[in-house]
Amino acid sequence: MSNLLEIEKEILSDFELFDTWEEKYHYIIELGQKLGPLEDKYKIDEYKIKGCQSSVWLNGEERDGKLYFSADSDSTFVKGEIALLMMVLSGQTPEDVLEAKLEFIDVLGLRQHIAVTRANGLASMIKQMKTYAFAMTNANK
Amino acid sequence: MTPFNINKIRSEFPILSEKAYGKPLVYFDNAASSQKPKVVIDALVDYYSTTNANIHRGVHFLSQKASAAFDAVRDKVKTFINASSEREIIFVRGTTEAINLVASTYGRKNIGQGDEILISAMEHHSNIVPWQMLCEEKGAVLKVIPMNEKGELMMDQLPALLTDNTKFVSVVHISNSLGTMNPVKEIIRQAHAKGIPVLVDGAQSTAHEVIDVQDLDADFFTFSGHKLLAPTGIGCLYGKLHLLEAMPPYQGGGEMIASVSFEKTTYNEVPFKFEAGTPNIADVIALGTAIDYWNQLDRIAVAAWEKELLNYATKLISEIPTVRLIGTASEKASVVSFVIEGVNAMDAGMFLDTKGIAVRTGHHCTEPVMQFFKIPGTLRASFMFYNTKEEIDALAENLTKAIALLQTHSVA
Repeated sequence: MSNLLEIEKEILSDFELFDTWEEKYHYIIELGQKLGPLEDKYKIDEYKIKGCQSSVWLNGEERDGKLYFSADSDSTFVKGEIALLMMVLSGQTPEDVLEAKLEFIDVLGLRQHIAVTRANGLASMIKQMKTYAFAMTNANK
Repeated sequence: MTPFNINKIRSEFPILSEKAYGKPLVYFDNAASSQKPKVVIDALVDYYSTTNANIHRGVHFLSQKASAAFDAVRDKVKTFINASSEREIIFVRGTTEAINLVASTYGRKNIGQGDEILISAMEHHSNIVPWQMLCEEKGAVLKVIPMNEKGELMMDQLPALLTDNTKFVSVVHISNSLGTMNPVKEIIRQAHAKGIPVLVDGAQSTAHEVIDVQDLDADFFTFSGHKLLAPTGIGCLYGKLHLLEAMPPYQGGGEMIASVSFEKTTYNEVPFKFEAGTPNIADVIALGTAIDYWNQLDRIAVAAWEKELLNYATKLISEIPTVRLIGTASEKASVVSFVIEGVNAMDAGMFLDTKGIAVRTGHHCTEPVMQFFKIPGTLRASFMFYNTKEEIDALAENLTKAIALLQTHSVA
């Protein structure tokens, strides 16, 4: 296993600094803001994951056997969530991305603050990231 | 009649003294569901503690007690909306089921190929989809009364839309996403002049207006209990008796039958014909308690207070830079819907949530309304008589903070 679990642990310890939902919200918003821009050519329907109240554009690329993601959203909060996922999954091998259980999301307690439709949105993002990984492992066979 | 005393009223709703994330709860999602006074909550507990039994069947003490309590509510609803007979009141799960009932019974029987059903541009999905399903089944056509930029129906278009093919009109009384109060009485008058029956979706209006179905001359009227202080899972369909009597049953089962044999079943009379199975006894009884609660309120004072809240919130929110109100009809209920330039509505809604303020974000189950205004969704604050100006101050203040945070962070 790669350093994937290590990164999850680091994120969790970062979040331990925050006691309240308000602080977590602000931190996630900040992560979203720090995330670099997505090239305009990816901001098309082909790369779009449509959620109930926000849209996400996600691209995955292979470099030196590893998978790198770039993304954007019309919601700063959702962009922050993607940033969290990318911290863990971007730059990993496709095999590791496929196997990632991402238990840190549940530990963070994010799901309790987001309605079911939104939790599904998070699930859609993860699914899309794994789809890129799956496509990459198949292409390499 | 007790004088309107906001502090006393607030003390009657236990949830209003709850905290959200340690902060005082500010509940502005009343158009989605209202909170419940303690008497309504107690009615549920009391029913299950002292009365619970199946109704209209048992010879025993409890069943008779439950039946009497249940039956009394039909009469209360009759008076509450001024129906002419309690037989015109059918208990359903809510407005959605009521509209589906009418579409599947009256609609299936009376709508045919090429017929037209007329709705409005600001319907909730539950007053669109049942009619679309019927149109698809029958080859009928769904027509729409358009609205203007203020979110008001373009009434000058109505005469031309009421054609010889129009067989039914179904319109919302008060829009959940815009707050617009529609001139349903005038719509009914024009439709009736052409012999067309009208259903009024009263999901929002019943909690804000005194309803008189006879004065409106509505053929059908629907409401949901949970939006007017009663529990979830109970609502009513009002229908004029001669229409209900001519309609086929909705679902088959117990209670709705007169007699059953394997050769033939004869149906019970209205309203029981439409109430198959054991009804939602506890929630019906608690709906009765909610109506009692409404009846002891000074409805004129309540309406005046809600108007004051609406005007106060409209002023405060529209003064915030980059905010644009969606729905500015001259006749409005206590709903303020708006968008913020460069800020995703959900992000702002979540910010408010961190401060203990509950608003709704999104399309509010009225996607065509959002398509009309070319927006993905709005933030919506909807007020009930138990809300205060201080709560609106908190909303406006935190909205300003949300905008400062989210607009600087906005990438797009």
